[in-house]
Amino acid sequence: MILHPGIVALIMGACFVAAMVLYSAVMGVAVLRRWDMTSSSERQLQLERKTYLTSTLMNYVLGFEILSSLLFIHTVDSLHAIFVGAMCATGSLNANPVGWAALYAKLAVLFLSAIWIAVNVIDQRQADYPLTRFKFAGVLFLLPLVFLSTGLQLRYFLGLKPNIITSRCGALFSESGGGLASSLSSVAIRPTMMAFYGLLALFLAAGIFALRRRTGTWRYLFAGLSLLVLPVSLTAVVSFISLYFYEIPTHHCPFDIFQGNYHYLGYALYGTLFAGSFFGTMTGVSEMLRGKASVGTTIDGLQRKWIVLSVAAVGIFAAIATWPIVFSSFTLDGYF
Amino acid sequence: MSKHLKILEFVLSSLLRRKFKNLGIVAVFSFVVFILASILFLTHAFKAESLAILEGAPELIVHKIAGGRHDLTALRYGDEIAGIPGVGRVLPRYWGYYYDVSTGANYTIMGATGSPRSTLQLVRGAFIEAGQRGVCVLGQGVAEARLTGLNGIVPIMGANGELYRFQVVGVFTDPSTLLTNDLMLIAPEDIREIFDIRPDMATDIVVQVFNPSEVANVAKKIKYRFPELRPITRTEILRTYETLFSWRSGLVILTFVGALVAFGILAWDKATGLSAEEKKEIGILKAIGWETSDILALKFWEGAVLSLVSFLTGLIAAYLHVFFFGASVFAPALKGWSVIFPEFRLRPTIDPYQIFVLIFLTVLPYIAATIVPSWKTAITDPDIVMRG
Repeated sequence: MILHPGIVALIMGACFVAAMVLYSAVMGVAVLRRWDMTSSSERQLQLERKTYLTSTLMNYVLGFEILSSLLFIHTVDSLHAIFVGAMCATGSLNANPVGWAALYAKLAVLFLSAIWIAVNVIDQRQADYPLTRFKFAGVLFLLPLVFLSTGLQLRYFLGLKPNIITSRCGALFSESGGGLASSLSSVAIRPTMMAFYGLLALFLAAGIFALRRRTGTWRYLFAGLSLLVLPVSLTAVVSFISLYFYEIPTHHCPFDIFQGNYHYLGYALYGTLFAGSFFGTMTGVSEMLRGKASVGTTIDGLQRKWIVLSVAAVGIFAAIATWPIVFSSFTLDGYF
Repeated sequence: MSKHLKILEFVLSSLLRRKFKNLGIVAVFSFVVFILASILFLTHAFKAESLAILEGAPELIVHKIAGGRHDLTALRYGDEIAGIPGVGRVLPRYWGYYYDVSTGANYTIMGATGSPRSTLQLVRGAFIEAGQRGVCVLGQGVAEARLTGLNGIVPIMGANGELYRFQVVGVFTDPSTLLTNDLMLIAPEDIREIFDIRPDMATDIVVQVFNPSEVANVAKKIKYRFPELRPITRTEILRTYETLFSWRSGLVILTFVGALVAFGILAWDKATGLSAEEKKEIGILKAIGWETSDILALKFWEGAVLSLVSFLTGLIAAYLHVFFFGASVFAPALKGWSVIFPEFRLRPTIDPYQIFVLIFLTVLPYIAATIVPSWKTAITDPDIVMRG
C-alpha cells in the first residue's frame, strides 16, 4: 500500500459514505415495512420525521460522491509518478487492475445517487409523498453497490506497490503495466466520427421533439439516446477526440486531458458529458414514475428543465470536443 | 436560491449574537486544519525542492556495489561504458559528505572544475579552473553559515587527519535552496587527496545518453555487462522521492487520525448539547412557519460558515508556520535522516489539490458528525420546546 494523503482522504470519505448509506438503509427497512400515509399513529409520525434524515444523508452522500470522484481521478493521476512506465492515470490504474473496477463502481454509485436525489425532489414536492417506498427500496438497492465500491477502492489502494530504487539493481527490470485497452483505440476513426456526430444530431432532434410533444414515447427515446451518448462519446474520446487534444496521431489516452498541460480540460469535458447523460436519463426515469399517483404535473415541469439542461450540457461537451478538431492546425488526413 | 441567501443571513446574525459559544469549536477546528495543512504544505515544498535539484541532475549515474553497499567505482568501467552505442560522454565524479564541526552541519563536497550543473549561478568570483589547487567555491548559504566570503579560508580535515586550507574564489546560488546551502566545490585533485580516493577510482560515473528514451536500455546493458555496477536513472530518483514524501506525509497524517476522531466527537457533542436559548429559538422559528427542511438548511449553512471560517484560519496559520517560520513543529519528522542539515527557507508553493485533500480530511468528518444532531434539533416540536 502507498500512504499518500489523497489515498487516506479517499478511504476515509468512502467509509463515511458507506456508514451514511447503511444508516439510511436501516431506516429504509422500517419504512418499507410500516409506511402508511393514511395512518396518523405515533409510529407513522416518527417514520415521516426519519425520511427527512434520510434525504439529508443522501444529499450529503451525493455531494461526497461528486467530490470523491474528482479526488479519485486526480489522486490516481498524480500517483503515476510512482510507477515505472506510467505517464497518467491509465498507468496507475494498470498498476493494480482492480482500479478499473473501482473507477466504474464509483461512477455507478455517483450516477445512481444522483438519480435518487432527483426522485427525492419529485417526491418532496407532493403533499402525500407518493414515492417514499420506491425511494427507500432504492436505498436498499444502493447499499450493496456502495459497499462494493468502497471495498474495490480499498483493495485497489492496498494492492499498489510502488517501484522505487531498491538496494539490488534499481527498478529497471520491474514490470510496467500494459497499454490501454487497445481495441478501443484501434477503432477506425471515420466510422466513429460519423457515429458520434450522427448520434449527437439524433439526440438534439429527440430533445427538441421531446420538448414540443408531450407524449411519453419521445421522452423515452430521448432518455435512451442520452444513455447511449455516454458510451459512444467515451469511445469517441479514446478513438479520435483525444488525438486532436494531444496533437499526436498515436496517443489515445482518455486521462492525460486531466493534466495541467491540457488546462485540466478533462474535468469540464467529462463533467458536462456525465451531467448531460444524467439529466437525459432522468426524463426517462421520471416518465416511468408518472404512473404513481399525483406526481404528473410536477414531473412535466421538471422534465422540461431536465431536457434543456441535458441538451445544454451535451452541447457544451460537444463544443469542447469539437473545438480542437475545427480550430487546431492538427489534422488526421493520413489516418482516415 | 434567494431563500437560501436569507437563511444564510439569519445564520450569520445568529452566530454573531453568540460569538463565544462557537469559539471553542472554531478554535479546535482551526487547529486540526492547521496541523494537517502544515504537514501537506511542508511535504509539498520538500518535493518541489527535490524536483528542483533533480532538474539539473544527470540522466544516468553508475556506481559500484560491493556487498550491497555503495563502493568507489574504477575508472576503467567508464572506458567500456563509452563503447556502448548511443552513449555520449562518460565523466567520473568525485564527491562526498563532510561533517563540519564549527557549524555543526553536513556539507556535500564535490570535486569539479568549471560549473558542474547548468543551474548554478555565480554571485561573486569564478569557478575553479583546471590545474588550480587549494581553492574552493561555496554555495551562498554555506558561505553565510561560515561567516566567510571571497578570499576567506575554509579548513577541512582530511582522511589522514591533516588539516587542509582552501581559499574561497567564488560564491554561487541555485534555484534550489538545498544546493545553495549545502554544496562546496573544490578541485578534483584536492578531493582525491582529502577523501583518500585512489587515482584509478571515482565516486561514481555520469553517463550521457544521446536519446532520452534510450536511457533505460543503456542502463540495462550496463547492468547486463557489469553485474557489480548499479545504474541509477533520473526518473528512478524522481519516483523514489515522490514515494518517500507521499509516504511520510501519509504516515504523519495517519498518526493524527485519532485527533480527527476526537474532533468529530467534540463536534457531535457540541451539536447535540443545545442551550435552552437555542432550543427556544428553533421552537419559535417552527411556530412561525419554518418547516423541518428549513431548519435543516439553517443547520447546513451554520456548519458551512463555521467550517469556512475555521478552514481559512487554519490554512493561513499553516502557511505562515511553514513558509515564514520554517515549520518548526514538523520539520524534524518530515525532513528525514539528515537532522543536522543546514538551515534553509522553503519556497512557498501550494497545490490546489492539497487544499481539496484537506477539505476531505477535515470538513467532511465535521459535517458527518453534525448531521444527526442537526436533524434531532430540526424535528423537535415547537410546543415541547417552548414549554421547556
